[in-house]
Amino acid sequence: MARSRAFTFWTRAVGGLLRAPSIPRSLWNGRERANLVFCIKTAQALLLAVAICFSVGASDQSARMDYLSHHLMCQCGCAQLLGECDHVGCPDRDTELAELSAAVAAGKSDEQILDGFVSKYGAVVRAAPTTHGFDLVAWIAPFAVFAAALLGTILLVRRWSGISGMQASAAPPESNDPADCERRERIRRETSVGTGAEGGF
Amino acid sequence: MAAFGSFALLIALALAAYNLLAGTVALRLIATGQPAAIAPERLADTARRAGIAGFYAVTAAAFALVVSVFSNDFSIAYILEHSNRALPAPYKFAAMWSGQEGSLLLWAWLLGTYGFVLRLRHKTDVKLYAYAGTILAGIQVFFLLILNFAAPPFALLRGAIPADGNGLNPLLQYPEMVIHPPMLYLGYVGFSVPFAFALGALMMRYQGEKWIHITRTWTMVTWLFLTCGIFLGMHWAYAVLGWGGYWGWDPVENASFMPWLTGTAFLHSVMMQERKGMMKSWNVWLIFSTFLLTMLGTLLTRAGLVSSVHAFAQSSIGTWFVVFMGITLAVCIFTYVHQRGHLQTEHHLESLVSRESSFLFNNLVLLAACFVILWGTLFPILSEYVEGTKVTVGAPWYNQVAVPVGLFLLFLTGVGPLLPWRATSFRSIRRNFILPVIALWTTVIVLLAVGVRPWENGAYSSGHFYALVGFSVSAAVLTAILSEFWRGAAVIRRQTGRSLPSATWVLTRRNTRRYGGYMVHIGVVVVMIGLCGSAFNRNTESELGLHGKMSIGPYTLECTGFTQDSNDNYNSEYAVLNVWEQGRLQFQMTPERRVYLVSGQPQTMVAIHSVPAWDLYVVYEGTNPSTGQPIIKAFLNPLVGWIWAGLVVMVLGTFIALAPSLSPATAVVRVPAPRAAAPEPVLKGGD
Repeated sequence: MARSRAFTFWTRAVGGLLRAPSIPRSLWNGRERANLVFCIKTAQALLLAVAICFSVGASDQSARMDYLSHHLMCQCGCAQLLGECDHVGCPDRDTELAELSAAVAAGKSDEQILDGFVSKYGAVVRAAPTTHGFDLVAWIAPFAVFAAALLGTILLVRRWSGISGMQASAAPPESNDPADCERRERIRRETSVGTGAEGGF
Repeated sequence: MAAFGSFALLIALALAAYNLLAGTVALRLIATGQPAAIAPERLADTARRAGIAGFYAVTAAAFALVVSVFSNDFSIAYILEHSNRALPAPYKFAAMWSGQEGSLLLWAWLLGTYGFVLRLRHKTDVKLYAYAGTILAGIQVFFLLILNFAAPPFALLRGAIPADGNGLNPLLQYPEMVIHPPMLYLGYVGFSVPFAFALGALMMRYQGEKWIHITRTWTMVTWLFLTCGIFLGMHWAYAVLGWGGYWGWDPVENASFMPWLTGTAFLHSVMMQERKGMMKSWNVWLIFSTFLLTMLGTLLTRAGLVSSVHAFAQSSIGTWFVVFMGITLAVCIFTYVHQRGHLQTEHHLESLVSRESSFLFNNLVLLAACFVILWGTLFPILSEYVEGTKVTVGAPWYNQVAVPVGLFLLFLTGVGPLLPWRATSFRSIRRNFILPVIALWTTVIVLLAVGVRPWENGAYSSGHFYALVGFSVSAAVLTAILSEFWRGAAVIRRQTGRSLPSATWVLTRRNTRRYGGYMVHIGVVVVMIGLCGSAFNRNTESELGLHGKMSIGPYTLECTGFTQDSNDNYNSEYAVLNVWEQGRLQFQMTPERRVYLVSGQPQTMVAIHSVPAWDLYVVYEGTNPSTGQPIIKAFLNPLVGWIWAGLVVMVLGTFIALAPSLSPATAVVRVPAPRAAAPEPVLKGGD
C-alpha cells in the first residue's frame, strides 16, 4: 500500500512537471490540452498498474528453489549463479543445492535461508546486495541519480524553452505549424528532384 | 626474434616520444607565433613522419611476436605461457592477445594503425590533424612505456627451455576468439581518435563544425567495431561457457558496454551540435568520458580489482593505468576550463516535446544506464572499503535496475524519430503516434491471449512482465520506424511510379544518415526482441544411457551412442543424439567434452541447433562418477537467433549511415522534365 502511495506520488510529480510544457499557446488549444491531460492520466494509471504488479510477491512453493538458486552465487570461484553453474565437476554446486533444498523443505523463509547461507559462506554468496545498511545505497543510488538527472533535464529544457519562447514572442507569429513546415521541408528534400540536400536525423 | 622485437619496441617508443615532444613544441610555436630556428610547420611535419615511422616499428614488434609463436620459440616467456606445438594455426594468432603482454602489444599496434591512417589523411585539415596526431602520440607513449618496462612481451625465460609450451587457455580455443578480441580492441582503441580530435579542437579553439563531422565519422566506425566485438563476445560466451546464456553482467562484459553506451550517446547528441550548435560542452565531455571508460575497462580487466569469469590477463599494471587516467583527466579538465568560452551554445530548446528534447532524454537514459553499470561494477570495491566486507552485485541486481532503464531507452528509440525538430503540436503527435500505439496495445492483447502473462500460477514473474513490456514496445517502435520509411517511399512511388521497395531504396540513398540510423534502430529492436525471449528459457538435465531419452519443448532427444576421439591438442568424448519432433527424426547433435593434453583442463563444446523461434542447446556435462552414466543438459532458448540477426541489421544500417547521400539531382528517377522555375536553394543540414 505504501508502495502504491509512493507510485501515486511520483506519477503525480512527473505529471505535474509535464502538465504545463512551455509550448506556444497557439499550438495547444483547450481541447488539445484536455487530450494531453487525458494522456498523462492514462500514463499515471499504467504506472500504477506497474506498481501493483511489483507489489505482488512470489508465493508458489515450487518456484522458491528456482528463485533462491538464482539469488545465490556458486562458491567454486566460477562467478556464476548457483542455479546456472555449469562448471564441469563443480565441487560446490551440488552441496549448496542440497543445502538449499533442505532449507526450503524445512519451511524456512527466503530471508532465513539467505541469511543462513551468508553466515556460512559470507556476504559474497548473495547474488545481489541486501536492502539493509550500506547495501541499500547500491539500490538507491542509480534511481536517485536517474531521478535527479531527469528532473534537472526537465527543468533545463523548460528554462531553455522559456528563453526561446520570449525570443519568439518578439518575432511575428508564424502562419503554420512548425512541425508541419519542418516535415514538409524534409519530405520535399528527400523526394523532389533538383536539390542537393543531405543530412542526418 | 626476441631481440628484434624488443629493439623494435624501443625504437617505437623513441619515435612516439619524438612525435609527442616535437608536435607539442611545433603547435605551441604556431599558437604563440614565436620565432624559432626551424619553421614550426616543418617541425610538425617531422613529428607526423615520426608517427608514421612509429607505426612501422610497432608493426615489426607485432610481426616478431607472431613469428615467435609460429616458430615455437619457448625461450620467450610469453610464448611458453600461451602456446604449444600442437596448437592449431588460427589459435596461434589468438595467442597474441590471450595474455597481458600480447594484448597490450595488439593495443599499441592498433593505435599505431589508426594513427597511421590519420597521419596519411592530414591534408584534410593540417593543423587539426597535427593536434590529433600529437595527442595520439601521447597515448602511444603510455602503451609503449608499459610494453618496454612493465609488461615486455619479449621477456626471456630464465633457466632451461621446456620442449613444449603450456598451451592456450581452452576457453579461448574457439573460432570467435580469433576475431572477437581484435574487433573489441578496434573499438576500444578507436575511441582514442575521436578523443584526440575533440581535445585537439578544444585546444586550438577550432572555428566551425568541421571537426565534429570528422569526429562523428571516426566514432561511427569505432562504434561499429565495438558493437561487433561485444556481440561476438556474447556469442562466444553462449557457445563456449555452456551455461545457456550470453550475458552475465560480468565486470569484463560491463567494461566493454560502458564506452558503447557513452559512444552511442555521443552519436546522437552530436546531431544537436551539427544542426543547432547546441550541447558543445556536453559532446566534448561525452568523448572524453568514452575514452576514459575504455581505459577504466582495461584497468578493471588488467588490475584484478573485480573478480571476473573471463579476465584472462591480470597483472599489476593497474597503477600505470590509474596514473595515466589521472593525467588524462587533468589535461581534459584544464583544457576545458581554459577553452570553455569557445563552447557557448548557439541555440536553446524551444519545447519539451521535440526532437531536441528526445535527444536530451536519450542521452540522459544512456548515461543513466552507463552509471548503473559502473555503479554495479564498482560497488563491491566500495562496499569492501566502507564496510570491510565484499558483496556480490550479480544478475538479480542488474535485472531489477538496468532492465527498466533499457526498456525506457527502447521506448525513446521509437519516440525520438517521430518528433520533429523545434516543437510539435498535439495534432502532429496524434498523427505520428496513432499507429505505434495501436501496434503496442495489439501486441499486449495478443501476447496476453497466447499466455505471455506477468502472473503464473498466482505468482508474479518479473521476467515475463519485462518480456511483455519489451515485446509490446518493440512492436510499437518497429511500427513507428517502418511507417517513417513507408511515408517517404509512398511519396517517391507516387512521383516516379517505382515499386515500393525501389522507392524505399531511393529514399534511403537520398538521406543515408537518417535512414541508416533508422535501420540501426530496427536492429536494436530485433536484438531487444531476442533478449526478451530469455524470459522463457527452459532447461532440463538427465543422465542419458544408450537409447535413453529426454524431452524438452517439442523435441525428444535420443542417445544413440557415445564415442571418443583424439588429436595432438586434446582428447574428446561426445554423445550422438538423434532429435525427434512429432515422431519424426529431424537432425542429429553431438555435444562434446574435451580434455586438453597440455593443460589437462576440461572444456565443453556445446551443440546448438538454431531456428528463428528458438535454439536447442545441448551440453555434454561428462559422466556421473557414481553411476558412470553420461549427463546431458538441454536448453530451449527462445529467439536467441534474433540477437545475431539484429547485429547484422545494425551493421548494415551503420554502413548505410556512413555512405554519402545521393542527391536527388543525381538520382536516376523517371520524372517528366521540370518546368522552368526559380532555382531552389541548396539546403544544408539534414532532415
